[in-house]
Amino acid sequence: MIMREAITKIISLVGDEYVVCANGFISRDAFNAKDRPGNFYMLGSMGQASSIGLGLAIARPDKKVVILDGDGNLLMNLGVLAMISDIKPKNLLHIVLDNECYDSTGGQPAISSRVDLARAAEGCGIKNITRKGPGEDIVPALMACLRKEGPGFILIKVERDPSEKAARVNIAPPEIAKRFKGA
Amino acid sequence: MDAETLKKRLKDLGFDFFTGVPCSLLGGIIEALAGEYIPAVREDTALGVAAGAYLGGRKPCVLMQNSGLGYSLNVLTSLNMIYDIPVLMLVSFRGYGGKDAPEHLIMGRHCVELMETFGIRNKVCGKDGLASALVEADKEIAKGKPYCVFIKEDTLE
Repeated sequence: MIMREAITKIISLVGDEYVVCANGFISRDAFNAKDRPGNFYMLGSMGQASSIGLGLAIARPDKKVVILDGDGNLLMNLGVLAMISDIKPKNLLHIVLDNECYDSTGGQPAISSRVDLARAAEGCGIKNITRKGPGEDIVPALMACLRKEGPGFILIKVERDPSEKAARVNIAPPEIAKRFKGA
Repeated sequence: MDAETLKKRLKDLGFDFFTGVPCSLLGGIIEALAGEYIPAVREDTALGVAAGAYLGGRKPCVLMQNSGLGYSLNVLTSLNMIYDIPVLMLVSFRGYGGKDAPEHLIMGRHCVELMETFGIRNKVCGKDGLASALVEADKEIAKGKPYCVFIKEDTLE
């Protein structure tokens, strides 16, 4: 499964959850799959989607928060796993789409092909860990994790997208924030 | 100003979410905020968590040493400042006046200029300037902007 397919599946499964999308193709693919006010699209600040998701989950314990992260993004902010494990927000689901490369900058290899990010999450003390390979059906696990008490962590290994690139998010950043805040 | 008074001023202005990375100069206020202060692993991560809290309806304050401004710049410029996500930064001013450990001297010499370069409003506070700086900061924050209050060694008791 390519990343775009995985994102399309995830976005089709969410209801009123907040979805914080990492920068690069993750935000672009989520935007093109199904734009909704409850999607927060990161444009820059690589690594910080997980931090934003954590802060949001603390501030809004009444709402489920889904982080759509990437392997390069998480590698840049790996310490956030320790914070998530320490704070244990019950309403947080951290999904990492791992294509083992930096796709939006040309596909340069990432060390996630050799370093297991799910084990890093586990090592930090996050209990609810799910792994999915590129050929596996992710829908049942996603549905279960969306229902289950968090913090949850899902590592989904995906294939790099083909060369045809998704359109950029065409909403002005202040508008992304404003409508998200009201969602 | 003592730590309890600072806490009260912050609360009176509506700040209700506190995270950051400690500095010895901020030890008192972090202690005063015990129970609600969220220890972050890095300063940029703290700003990210604070941004999430803002999007969730909170009014965040991030505490850090000026050495953390380097890590923070990317988040300030590619998150806070382009999405209009405000944050109050209480930043300890190490290396002020060129008197400190070697690792603080260069950032101490340039941190104000750094904020100015990026158009981030800021104020270096002595003992008496902190209360008015917080009020000024709050006006910027109401406009969706970050504000940096520098805390010197003699600012907090």
